[in-house]
Amino acid sequence: MSIAENIAKNAEGRTAPAGTRVKMHTKDVSVHYGEKQALFDVNLDIPEHQVTALIGPSGCGKSTYLRCLNRMNDVIDIARVSGTIELDGNNIYDPKVDVVEVRARIGMVFQKPNPFPKSIYDNIAYGPRIHGIAHTKAEMDEIVEVSLQRAGLWGEVKDRLAEPGTGLSGGQQQRLCIARAIAVSPEVILMDEPCSALDPIATARIEELIDEIKTKYSIVIVTHSMQQAARVSQRTAFFHLGILVEEGDTEQIFTNPRDERTQDYITGRFG
Amino acid sequence: MTDASARSAQQPGSVLDRKPDLSAKRVKRRYAAEARFRAIGLGAILAAMAVLATLVSTIVSQGLPAFTQYDLDLPVYLDPTEIDADNLNAANYQALVRRSLYERFPEVTQRREKRKLAGLISSGADIIVKSYVESHPDRIGTTQILSIPAADDIDTYLKGQMTDILEFTPQAELSPTGVSGDVQLLASGDVFAAILADTKILLEVESSRLMDNARREQLGIDSYRAEIKTLQVQLEDALGARRETIEDRISALDAQANRRVLTAAQLNEKAANLSEVARSTGGSVDLTDEMPSIFLEVNGGLVKANRVSSQLVEGTVIHPLTSAAPAAGGEWKILELTTPESNRRVKDREAAWLHILKSDNIIESRFATVMFTSGDSREPELAGIWGAVVGSFLTLFITLSLSFPVGVLAAIYLEEFAPQNRLTDLIEVNINNLAAVPSIVFGLLGLAMFLNFFGLPRSAPLVGGMVLALMTLPTIIIATRAALKAVPPSIREAALGIGASKVQVITHHVLPLAMPGVLTGTIIGMAQALGETAPLLMIGMVAFIVDIPGGFTDPATVLPVQIYIWADSPERAFVAKTSAAIMVLLTFLVMMNALAVLLRRRFERRW
Repeated sequence: MSIAENIAKNAEGRTAPAGTRVKMHTKDVSVHYGEKQALFDVNLDIPEHQVTALIGPSGCGKSTYLRCLNRMNDVIDIARVSGTIELDGNNIYDPKVDVVEVRARIGMVFQKPNPFPKSIYDNIAYGPRIHGIAHTKAEMDEIVEVSLQRAGLWGEVKDRLAEPGTGLSGGQQQRLCIARAIAVSPEVILMDEPCSALDPIATARIEELIDEIKTKYSIVIVTHSMQQAARVSQRTAFFHLGILVEEGDTEQIFTNPRDERTQDYITGRFG
Repeated sequence: MTDASARSAQQPGSVLDRKPDLSAKRVKRRYAAEARFRAIGLGAILAAMAVLATLVSTIVSQGLPAFTQYDLDLPVYLDPTEIDADNLNAANYQALVRRSLYERFPEVTQRREKRKLAGLISSGADIIVKSYVESHPDRIGTTQILSIPAADDIDTYLKGQMTDILEFTPQAELSPTGVSGDVQLLASGDVFAAILADTKILLEVESSRLMDNARREQLGIDSYRAEIKTLQVQLEDALGARRETIEDRISALDAQANRRVLTAAQLNEKAANLSEVARSTGGSVDLTDEMPSIFLEVNGGLVKANRVSSQLVEGTVIHPLTSAAPAAGGEWKILELTTPESNRRVKDREAAWLHILKSDNIIESRFATVMFTSGDSREPELAGIWGAVVGSFLTLFITLSLSFPVGVLAAIYLEEFAPQNRLTDLIEVNINNLAAVPSIVFGLLGLAMFLNFFGLPRSAPLVGGMVLALMTLPTIIIATRAALKAVPPSIREAALGIGASKVQVITHHVLPLAMPGVLTGTIIGMAQALGETAPLLMIGMVAFIVDIPGGFTDPATVLPVQIYIWADSPERAFVAKTSAAIMVLLTFLVMMNALAVLLRRRFERRW
């Protein structure tokens, strides 16, 4: 079986069930870094309780697009975002909107695991603490336990919650970061190539995790691995040179792409 | 493919096929270079440690004597007729202590001698007696033994810094001719021969010195005569008034030359006399005050030797003997003070009294608590560094509490919040420049702004602290900025992603991780501030301040200033005290650095 056929097989049955709500709606999103334009009028809807994969070759703008969704591009001085990005119908770039609230409702997991240099417990507890979610120690303990359980890490660390988070293995650290993101009860979780720094076993574990938690959260995952996109997502969007070339159900994208560029990318002719 | 690669691909043995050169020669050269590199590094460290060892050993050896102080434990009669229980301030306590000394040496009757005897104790003795009386008023009317500090010259003498004291215990019998006044002491053997010989050597040395002087006079005479000759030649051509001038000059020079001839003759005669005595065998020699002082301790008394021959000493009794009976061998001593009296501040009489007091066990050496309890004083034996220590502490407290928050927050603002424009660039350049401004300029600023414009009190730790804070600010800002820049952006992104606001990211994540660098910069700045004197000059803290400061607005001085003032003072006893104060300052610096290392380790987190 060729690689393309393999991917197509993984993508079988990956469709968005009928009647799914749109969680985030983006229209005519463009991003300029100073003079250079990195994204050109992207229109994409993120469905609720689904995994949406963003694929494309390096430098195509998928990470840039992802960072627009939780306003992380605000941190970059020369970045300018234009267009509409809505969460549940509310424009998150509205000047009256508090960016802290946006980021509390839309969590992010980064490419390289970056736990805080604190204890495992404090890593998870930090978010709820600053957002005032837990009022007593018992409530905080519960949040920590549930978050770690959902991230599939509880069994491994329940006896050593006071140890530093940086002392875990790479795969455990990434799951810790996912647990940390879960702890503030976001509605959307953005993942920027979360498995690229991990070994295949850890990657498989996290893909399994993503599949489990999609019932509670809406997930957008940027990945450079088409196999991963095929395994994990229900919707896929293909980016190329800052343009959203094609998007649709994962099965359709990988078995029957409409655009020639998508076909070329999937069959490995470039990227 | 280029031509070169095409060519080498075709030919065997080309550059691309060559293996690394692993010949012994290359390897040896490489090892030698590495060994040299390591040796240079080690050499640098050893050189630095050698310099440090020299510095520390010099300072410690010079400063250790200042930590001990000689006291006289005198029995003082607290005369109720002198001390009025209702008005303790009015009594003349110094007189009570002096009385104790006069009673010990009743043979001292002349006014000048009595003054010298009273000069054995510190002029601050009255304070000690007064504080004793104040705390034990029930003891008025009794005689108590009180520890009175010795005067600064006496203290220096007792520590052996003024002269060496050699003791000889001959085994011959000594017979004195009297118990007071001028006496002769005859020994049963040639026990004084060594002293005689040493004295003769000194005479010989003096004689050759006089002859050198005579020779120098002769050179002067010769030059005068030569000048007279040239003037006489000029005289032949000169006319009128000029003639008179030249003639006057000739006669003046002639007179001077004749005078010098006389001087030279006198010197030569003296030299000859001394030489004659020095070369003679036996005989006796007068001891002048340019020679070491010789004493004989016999029968409980002390005799100063004036004339010495190998078996006989003629001298003056300084402290009366109990009897004129002969003393057996081993029961009397010869004492030699090797530094001549004319080179000493403590003269023979005082040395004699001190010897007697020492054998009475009245003189005790104790830890110099005055060093750490009192402020500065004109009298070295009463001077301490406590005032400077408290002043330094108060000043640095103000400096830290002003410069640390302002510096760290300014750095955070510049690093995290300030927009990237011309204005912030200007501020940054100026902050870096401020770190290079000479410190005395800050003193001028303090004078103009704090003293003249705001009208704050002069010489106060408050103003000193503010001036030093201005000086330390650039150091802290620069160090904090560097520490903030070093925090990896992944931590910031993780915190932002969780929904922390910018301020929360900084206070909860960035600042704690940057703390080690911030603290290092702060301690460096504080250590610099601790050692500064120039900026404090203009605001009046380089001054003679006696009282221990009680608060931030009392006049105060700081440790480095105290060291400078003491180093400038003429009294011999301040030399040791200066080194002791330097030791205290260095101890503080070491402690501050240790604290920095401790704090850094506590805040150190691995990321």
